[in-house]
Amino acid sequence: MIDTPSVDWFALSPVLALLGASAVCLLSAVLVPALARRTVAAVVAGAGFVTAGVLACLVFDASADAELQIAESMTRDRLAALAQVILAGAGALAVLVSWGSKRRSHVGEYYSLLAAAGAGMLFFVQAGNLMTLFLGLEWFSIALYVLCALDTEREGSLEAGLKYLIVGSFGSGILLFGAALTYGATGELGFNQIREATGASDPLFVTGLAMMLAGLAFKASAAPFHMWTPDVYQGAPTPVTAFMAAATKAAALVVTLRLLTVAFPEQEAMWTAAVAVLAVASLAIGNLAALAQRDVKRMLAYSSVSHAGFMLIAIAADNELGAQALLYYLIPYAAMSIGAFGVVAARERELGVDVTLERLEGFGWERPFFGAAMWVFMLGFAGFPLTGGFLGKFYVFAAAFESGWWWLVIVGALATALSLYYYLGVVRAMYMRPGAAGARAIVAGGSPPFDPALAVAVGVSVAVTIGSFVFGGPLLDLAQEAAEVLPFS
Amino acid sequence: MLATLLIFVPVAAALVLWVVPVAREVAGGLALLVALVEVGLWIVALVQFDFADDRLQLDAEQEWIGDLGISYHVGFYGWSLWLAGLTAVVCAAAIGFALWAGRDRARAYYGLMLFLLGSIAGVFASQDLLLFYVFFEAMLIPLYVLVGVWGGPGRVRATVVLVIYTMAGSLLMLASVVAFGVTEGTFSLADAGTSENDWIFLGFMVAFAIKAPIFPFHGWLRAAYTESPPEVAAVLSGVVSKAAVFGLVAIVLPHFPEPVADFRGLVLTLAAVGLAYGSLLAFRQPDVRSVVAYSSMGQMGLITLGVFAVNDLGLDGAVLHSVTHGLISASLFLLAGMVIMRCGTDAFAELGGMAKGRPLLATVVMTAGILALAVPGSANFAGEFLILAGVFDHGWGYAVVGATGIVLAAMYSLRLISGILHVRRGPRVTDEARDLRPYELALVVPLLACLLVLSAWPAAISEHSFPDDQPERAVAEATAP
Repeated sequence: MIDTPSVDWFALSPVLALLGASAVCLLSAVLVPALARRTVAAVVAGAGFVTAGVLACLVFDASADAELQIAESMTRDRLAALAQVILAGAGALAVLVSWGSKRRSHVGEYYSLLAAAGAGMLFFVQAGNLMTLFLGLEWFSIALYVLCALDTEREGSLEAGLKYLIVGSFGSGILLFGAALTYGATGELGFNQIREATGASDPLFVTGLAMMLAGLAFKASAAPFHMWTPDVYQGAPTPVTAFMAAATKAAALVVTLRLLTVAFPEQEAMWTAAVAVLAVASLAIGNLAALAQRDVKRMLAYSSVSHAGFMLIAIAADNELGAQALLYYLIPYAAMSIGAFGVVAARERELGVDVTLERLEGFGWERPFFGAAMWVFMLGFAGFPLTGGFLGKFYVFAAAFESGWWWLVIVGALATALSLYYYLGVVRAMYMRPGAAGARAIVAGGSPPFDPALAVAVGVSVAVTIGSFVFGGPLLDLAQEAAEVLPFS
Repeated sequence: MLATLLIFVPVAAALVLWVVPVAREVAGGLALLVALVEVGLWIVALVQFDFADDRLQLDAEQEWIGDLGISYHVGFYGWSLWLAGLTAVVCAAAIGFALWAGRDRARAYYGLMLFLLGSIAGVFASQDLLLFYVFFEAMLIPLYVLVGVWGGPGRVRATVVLVIYTMAGSLLMLASVVAFGVTEGTFSLADAGTSENDWIFLGFMVAFAIKAPIFPFHGWLRAAYTESPPEVAAVLSGVVSKAAVFGLVAIVLPHFPEPVADFRGLVLTLAAVGLAYGSLLAFRQPDVRSVVAYSSMGQMGLITLGVFAVNDLGLDGAVLHSVTHGLISASLFLLAGMVIMRCGTDAFAELGGMAKGRPLLATVVMTAGILALAVPGSANFAGEFLILAGVFDHGWGYAVVGATGIVLAAMYSLRLISGILHVRRGPRVTDEARDLRPYELALVVPLLACLLVLSAWPAAISEHSFPDDQPERAVAEATAP
């Protein structure tokens, strides 16, 4: 006889809100007439994300002490709550970006899957044992596989979906295998129990750790597990790419941080070195490959690989400052990713073709708001001051320096210098190309439609990118409160 | 409070220009007005400033990021107030020139100029290491666009080179900022102690050496100065390069006394080489702006000599020469711009003989050229003399190179004057190329008037910069056996 564990519905409320929204959206695909379907589904999904975000804020406020819930399978703490706020915000912005897309079929399903993926991520970051961790991972991954392939009339979208499915399943499989090995070595599933049960350098145990790290690196698209990223980001519908770039990475990195620091503190010498190697590989491969890209979405995909590298430096630092740096970094990073892909989506809808650097010519002058916004995002990615990207990088470097990884700081600085070339390349393309060449980009079908939702999404992203710099102090305090739950020695 | 106003009045005006759709003339007029308000604010600051007091003045402090000890802390010392004044005056002249030249996409352009003005003022006012870095980088953003959009035919390449050079230096500096601040536990320039770490020191040095530029970090210089619009080049060479001087005096000297003493020979040698090499290059350049560009490099070498002399004479001279060089270099770039507006080129091969029938142009160019060659009695000479006297303490060799630099300056300045005004009349000098207009005189004459006043009274700056000899003492103590 198994006792029914008590359930803390409040801690689960953000996840449940999104699940509910997802269900309503799915029903709307059947019950709501086609004319109103888009409005209803989008509003419900948006409301779901906003509600989840608000509830996560309340949970954050009410969870000064971390506790384990539901037979110790879920955590209720500020780390999870803060990550949930970021994820829900990213989801809400993704809904706004999606609003203006010319999707005709599967509208209800689209928003339903988006909300379901969001719910899965919110669940994932709360995971307290290996079982819930895997469950959450698969939950949002399956939703994303379908979302990537949802533009069934586009070959690229189908390719992206298939590729993500195969490579992603491989990653999940590795993670699951690693979890099984860890369970075999320790006989425990809970993160806390694994920590107490550790048998130093049992090969089984170490292999399990390595495989779980690899599985999470797949999701965070850290090199060398990033191979799927450019193709999937390029092929998937742009709003989905925006959501994946911001949210999947955030969720995967937060869980990596929690898993490594909570369950494997004894092995820190081993995994900090491994994470540092992943970070350097991501920075090198992401930046070098991005230099050669002409397609903006592909370039941003490689840039997201390099940002995974920066955030992994924060994890490799293995101190509270590092955890704080990661949690802070995710805020401007999520905003910049969604905003940048949102601007790409705007251009895409104008031209009706994939956006390459050449096709951005004159965009900055034609659409001053989107142009200036893209400027801000590129500067933010490059870590320029006046954007949160700068403070994020600064904190990552400070954390790395504090734990003695000074050479990682140098690598990070060099990678940033390299990244300027392609980030400013976007600005060059938008503002500085000679006028004659601009004739090649012909706007499809007259003047572009005004898309208020997209403008709001980009505007909010700009506000967050700059606001997270100006109000860096309070945000970093929040990040610190979230980071305190992790057991750093 | 005044320091905050000096930074944020232009920034706020820039935001207004970007957001509110105003007509082109209104945008330019508003920008000029704000720049003049900035000059006015600076004069108010000058009046309120107590030069006998060696503490930070006109300051404001607000905690920003508490746990790492980072704050918004701005204020001025005597010497940095002079640099802020230089900024206001040169930027006002540059914006006035842009209004005259009629830059297109006016709202974007003037907004960027004002943003640049605010961020430079921020550099000279910042008293927190991270804040300094923020403003130091923020300067680059408007510069990048100003050169890249409104520049000459080779502008895209010029911006790429400029950005890669400066960012490579800046990011090394960021690593140093992190290392220094985390080790010290605070980023406040006033509270932080001293460091013996050579690597941190070198991170700062490389960034400033690129910004100045000091030989051999000058690869970006010519393209950036000649491809940018003349008024942007004026700001770039006259003011932005002085951010390096600020960094050296405010950060490197007080916080790295031992590395400064250890590396002094190397830095002085490079500065001297830069002075001689830049001046020689200036003498060989085919057009006006390249001459001014390389002369700037030479003069920055001279200023670095003064700073790294680390004594009263050298530092006073460095501040005085920073101001005079800023004014003269800005005047020359603006004059080059006026010549280009008339003749469509500034290549010596196609110019010449402009003095005939253009008395005002002849007088102004002649005055600027004479000041640039540091004729005895001029403010530029006073600065150079102080620097040479200061650096003489560390070896007569540096002073000899410095004196040679002055001779070379005479050579390229005279070549510049005669290339524009004298010799035979150039093919591009037509009768339509008229004399300077009153508006143009109103831009350049105030700059030259400042220089003439300083020529009469160089002590206005040299004796109102460092009330005590603090930087000197710190280094002297560190090197004492």
